[in-house]
Amino acid sequence: MPESLTRAVRWDTVVGALLVVLLLLSFSTVDGFGNALNLSFLIGNTLPIALIALPMTLLVVSGEIDLSVASTAGLSGAVMGKLWNDGMAIETIIPLCLLLGVVCGLVNGLLVTRLGLPSLAVTIGTLAAYRGIAQIVLGSDAVTDFPTQYLDFAAGRIGNTFIPQAFLPFLVLLAIAVVVLHATPFGRSLFAIGANEEAARFAGIRVRRHKLILFTVTGLMASLTGIFWALHYASARYDNATGLELSVVAAVLLGGIDFDGGKGTLGGAVAGVFLLGALQNVMSLLNVSAQSQIVVTGVLLVISVLGPRVVRQISIARAAARSAG
Amino acid sequence: MTVTTPDETPVAEVPKSSGTRLVDRVFKMRELAILVVFLVMIAITQAGNSEFLSEQGIKDLLLNATILVLVATGQSLVVITRNVDLSVGSTLGICAFAAGDYLHGGGNSLIAILLAVLLGVGFGLLNGLLVSLGQVPALVVTLGTLYIIRGVDSIWVGSRQITAADLPGGFVDFGSGGISGVPWLALIALAVLVATAYYLKHFGSGRELYALGSNPEAARLAGIPVRKRILAAYTFCGGLAGLAGAMYLARFGNVDSGTGNGYELTVVSAVVVGGVVFTGGSGSVYGAALGALLLTSINSVLPALGVSSVWVLAINGILLILAIAVDRVVALRVASALKKRNARHA
Repeated sequence: MPESLTRAVRWDTVVGALLVVLLLLSFSTVDGFGNALNLSFLIGNTLPIALIALPMTLLVVSGEIDLSVASTAGLSGAVMGKLWNDGMAIETIIPLCLLLGVVCGLVNGLLVTRLGLPSLAVTIGTLAAYRGIAQIVLGSDAVTDFPTQYLDFAAGRIGNTFIPQAFLPFLVLLAIAVVVLHATPFGRSLFAIGANEEAARFAGIRVRRHKLILFTVTGLMASLTGIFWALHYASARYDNATGLELSVVAAVLLGGIDFDGGKGTLGGAVAGVFLLGALQNVMSLLNVSAQSQIVVTGVLLVISVLGPRVVRQISIARAAARSAG
Repeated sequence: MTVTTPDETPVAEVPKSSGTRLVDRVFKMRELAILVVFLVMIAITQAGNSEFLSEQGIKDLLLNATILVLVATGQSLVVITRNVDLSVGSTLGICAFAAGDYLHGGGNSLIAILLAVLLGVGFGLLNGLLVSLGQVPALVVTLGTLYIIRGVDSIWVGSRQITAADLPGGFVDFGSGGISGVPWLALIALAVLVATAYYLKHFGSGRELYALGSNPEAARLAGIPVRKRILAAYTFCGGLAGLAGAMYLARFGNVDSGTGNGYELTVVSAVVVGGVVFTGGSGSVYGAALGALLLTSINSVLPALGVSSVWVLAINGILLILAIAVDRVVALRVASALKKRNARHA
C-alpha cells in the first residue's frame, strides 16, 4: 500500500496535474487563451525548449548536464545564415549544420568521457566558445531571407488548427525519446549510471560510450533547434537562443528530473517544459510584466527542488504512520 | 625521505609528509603557471603596442580586474565547499542599484557601500539557507535565485537608470582615483583578497571549508559543522558580490536593471581558470584572482593588438576548457606520483 501511495504523489504526476489545472483555468478564465492562434504561439515558442529538453532529460538522468546547448543552437543558426548568404542551397546547409551540432556534442562528450572532466565546467567553457565562434562567423549581421517554404513550415500552422506544423515532427522525436529512455536496455542503463556510475560500470554497462552518445545526440538536437529557431523567427543572428540553456534546465528540473541523476521521466520533463511555456503565455495575456515572469520562473525552480523533497518526506511520514497504526 | 630545497628555511613545526609537499608545490605551480601566461601575454602586447603599459593602461587593467577579483574571491569559497553560487551577477546588479539609488537621494557614500554589502549578505544568507538547510543542489537553487533576484531587480528598477550625474562627486572620484597607477578600488580588492587567503590558510574554520569540500560525509563525521560552514561561505560570497556592486557603481557610475546580467559565467570561468576545482576541496583565492586578472586582461589585450573583439568570447571559452583539461592531467600525474612514492615507503 505505501508503495502505490508514493507512486501517487510522484513529482512528475504533480507537475502533470499542475499543467492540466493551469490549462483548464486558463481556458475558462483567461480571455484570448483558447483561440487557435494563441495556442499555436504558445506551442511554437515552447518548441525550442521542448526539443532540447528531450536529450537533456536523458543526460541529466545519467548524472551529466550540457549548458552549451543554446550556444550550439546559436552557432548552427549563425553558420546557416552565413552559408545561405554565400549562396549555398538550403538543402545542403541543413545537413551541414546538423553535422556541426554533432561535432559540438562530440567535443563536449570527449572532454567529459576521455579526460574525466566535470560536464558542468566543460559545457560552461564550450558555452562561451561556441557562442564566440558564432560571433566570429556572422558578426553582427542578421540573415532573414531564407526560402519561404521553410519559413512557412517553421512558423505555420496545420490548416486553421492550433497545431504548428513543426509540432508533428516533435511528437515523433518525443515518441522516440520516450521509447529509448523507458523501454530499452540503453534507457534503463542510463538510470543505472545516474544512480551509481561505479556500480553501473561493474555491472558491465559501457558508461563512457553511453555518455558520449548522449552528448552527441544533445549536440545534434541543439543544432536542429538552432535551425528551427532561425526559421521560426525568420532571423539568423549570432545571439539567437542566448540563455535558452537555463530555461531548458529549469524546465527539466521542474519536471522532476533529479539533478543528482538516476531519477525522472520524460513525461515529467515535457510537462515541466509546457507548464513553464503555458505559464509564460498566460502571464503575458494577463499583462504580467516580463520581469515578474522571471521571478515566477525562479520561484518555480526553487520549489521544483524543494517540492520533491517535501513530497518524499510526506510519503515517508504517511508510510510510517500507516505501519505504526 | 626529505627533499631539501635551497630556498626553504627550516621550520620548527611538524615536517609535512613528502606527499603533501608535492601536492602543495603543484598547486603553487598552478598559480605560477597562470601568472606566467598573464605576464607573457602582457609582454607580447607591450611589444606590439608600446602604448599598452602606460600609467593609464596599467590603471585600466587593474580597474577592470577589480570587480571580477572581488566576486571571484567570494565564489572560490563557495566552490571550495563543492557548491556554486550562480546568483552573484544578479546580486551585484541589485546591490549596485540600491547603493546608487541611496546616493541619488543624497546619502552618505560609506553608508551606501555598507548598504550594498548588507544587501549582498542578505541574498547570500538566503542562498546559504536554501542550500544548507534545504539540502538541495546548489546549482538549481542558485539558478532559481539568479532569476528571482534579477526579476525583483527589474521590477524595482524598471526603466530607471543611475548615471554618474546622480552620484556625489567624491564617490565618482573615488572610483577612478588612486595612488599614482594603483586605483583605490584595486587596493580594496587586494586587501579583501589577502585577508580571505589568510583566513583560508590559517584559521580552523577556513581549513574546514577545504575538508568539507573534499569529502562532505567525512567532514560531518569528523565533527565539522557542515551546514554552518556552507552558510558562512554563501554569506561571504553574497557580501562580496554586494561590495563588488558598490565598486561597480563607483567605477562605471552607470547602473540599470541589466547590470551584471550573465556575469555569473565570467565569475565561474575566472575561478575555474584560476585552479579552484569544481569538485571542491582545492584551489586558492590567489589562483581565482589571477584567473580573474587573466580573463579581464584578454579584453584589453585583444583591442590593443588590433584583434577584433568578436574573438574575446571564443578565447575565454577555450581558455576555460584548456585550464580544466590541464588541471585534470596534472592531477592524474600527481596521483600516480603519490602512489609510487607511497609504494616505495611501504
